[in-house]
Amino acid sequence: MNVSVHIRDYPGIPLKDRDIAEGRVLTTEWRVKARYAWDTGAALGRFFRGLKEGKIYGRWCPGCDRIVVPPRMFCEWCFRPTVRWVEVGDTGRVNTFSVSYVNWDASRSTVPRVPAVIELDGASPGMGIMHLLGEVGDTLEEILRRVKVGMPVRAVWKPPAERQGAITDILYFAPRPGGGE
Amino acid sequence: MGYRNRVAIVGAGLTRFMRRAQETGKELCFEAARMALDAAGLRPRDVEAVVMATAPDVFDGVHMKGESLADGAGGFRKPYMRSFVGGGSGVFAVIHGWYHVASGHFDTVLVVAEEKMSSCLPHPQAAFNGIYDQFLERPLGVNLLWIFALEMNRYMQVHGIPLETIALVSVKNKKNGLDHPCAQEGIPGHYTVEEIVGSEVMVWPVTRLMVSPVTDAAAAVVMVSEQVAKRITDKPVWVKGVGWHLDSSYWTNRDLYYPKYVEYAARMAYDMAGITNPRREIDVVEAYDPFAYKELHHMEGLLLCDKGEAPRLLEKGITARDGELPVCPSGGLLGVGNPIAAAGLMKVAEIFWQLRGEAGARQVSRPVRTGLAQAWGDLMQVGTVVVLGV
Repeated sequence: MNVSVHIRDYPGIPLKDRDIAEGRVLTTEWRVKARYAWDTGAALGRFFRGLKEGKIYGRWCPGCDRIVVPPRMFCEWCFRPTVRWVEVGDTGRVNTFSVSYVNWDASRSTVPRVPAVIELDGASPGMGIMHLLGEVGDTLEEILRRVKVGMPVRAVWKPPAERQGAITDILYFAPRPGGGE
Repeated sequence: MGYRNRVAIVGAGLTRFMRRAQETGKELCFEAARMALDAAGLRPRDVEAVVMATAPDVFDGVHMKGESLADGAGGFRKPYMRSFVGGGSGVFAVIHGWYHVASGHFDTVLVVAEEKMSSCLPHPQAAFNGIYDQFLERPLGVNLLWIFALEMNRYMQVHGIPLETIALVSVKNKKNGLDHPCAQEGIPGHYTVEEIVGSEVMVWPVTRLMVSPVTDAAAAVVMVSEQVAKRITDKPVWVKGVGWHLDSSYWTNRDLYYPKYVEYAARMAYDMAGITNPRREIDVVEAYDPFAYKELHHMEGLLLCDKGEAPRLLEKGITARDGELPVCPSGGLLGVGNPIAAAGLMKVAEIFWQLRGEAGARQVSRPVRTGLAQAWGDLMQVGTVVVLGV
């Protein structure tokens, strides 16, 4: 077996976990110690103040006549400033979703989480945000039975006193019965 | 497009793909670069400039990784440049190599791609977290698989594609990978659709056998001007077209069912290559396949079939190694492994070997004159395409 009929030898020494565990291969460890404080900026700063009040704000671009969420102070399509804050709904529809058993560090979770892209009512078509779905079941089978693309949802907020001006001020989006099809 | 030199690839090298390599990144670079130079019959002193592709520094915990790897890649006291567009880097580096030579600045350029993902503990997945928006996405616990699962589900929903059909990509590529001498241990194999679909659900609809592994490896190619190519080889493989394109990082504002940016990258490469009907003029394809659905998604973006039609080509066996349009005859990322930047360059190397008729057990059945390698990356937003021909 060759990559090319002219090449016969392939460099590389694959290691097994036990090579390291049994000390046959030496390693050096380093742990990152870093902290950051990110300024939320003009657009997201206002967006997060809105979340604290239980409101979701987008920005209107006069060049494209579209309301964008997440908001930005410029329109990346026509490259002009956006000019106006517009409160959009805290209801919308599921554009796509998945069911996660993997945590951010690749460790496994037995409790599924349901990330989704939600197109918010009042924003221009296709302007979605990523968030989580809730109240949709505890098992994969149940979640797949209950969640559909296009399904109407509503934001479930933290109690006002607990809000911090962060995306997590919305706990999740839940199915909205009677939201129509 | 005006440029001074036609550009040929004249040699390629590849290390083994490994879950964890004993070698450092520098050592892997050295091995792949030496192999490519030997294959081209060139000496290190013939190399006038070096291009390096390697993905996020945070994998290695070494900032300015490009500079740290330079010595291993033969970049010592030479014009040296790092190409970095995440997963798209391996093919992007070949595009950089192309315009180094096409511009007339250099006659001989070494392009090296390296990834050593195993150093990051407990798992390099954690390093990916730094890619996502720190205000809107990270606080929700996002990981790489979430995003791809969202895109895959959107693609499935829009076209009504069953999971079992997408699993056929894994079946095909993992089988192809059995003939690749560098394939990572435990990655290629004979699998059934049931085994692929029935493997661990990581982030539905993505199961364990529909996602490529973590890999350490390096790859390299040598790119030269026409005058050098004619002197050193009877079998130059010409760069016929290059294309790249970036979409918005506001990915939740895009319809993920179709990679428009891949289409624009492909159109740029096809225009340059004079290709008007890619479905008939491209003979062999290495589409980027870090996830099973991505191969199909990318075939559509590359205009090799209509939107939503890639699954049909797959089901009919058209994309098999003995089919009319072989896709990922190497085994791809699903069948060989996924050392991010080196995986993209492995795809270019595969097309090089296929067009020279040197691919041995992996050689596709049909005669091949024109091939395409594509990679994809950044925040699901970049397409990089190279069209090669003999």
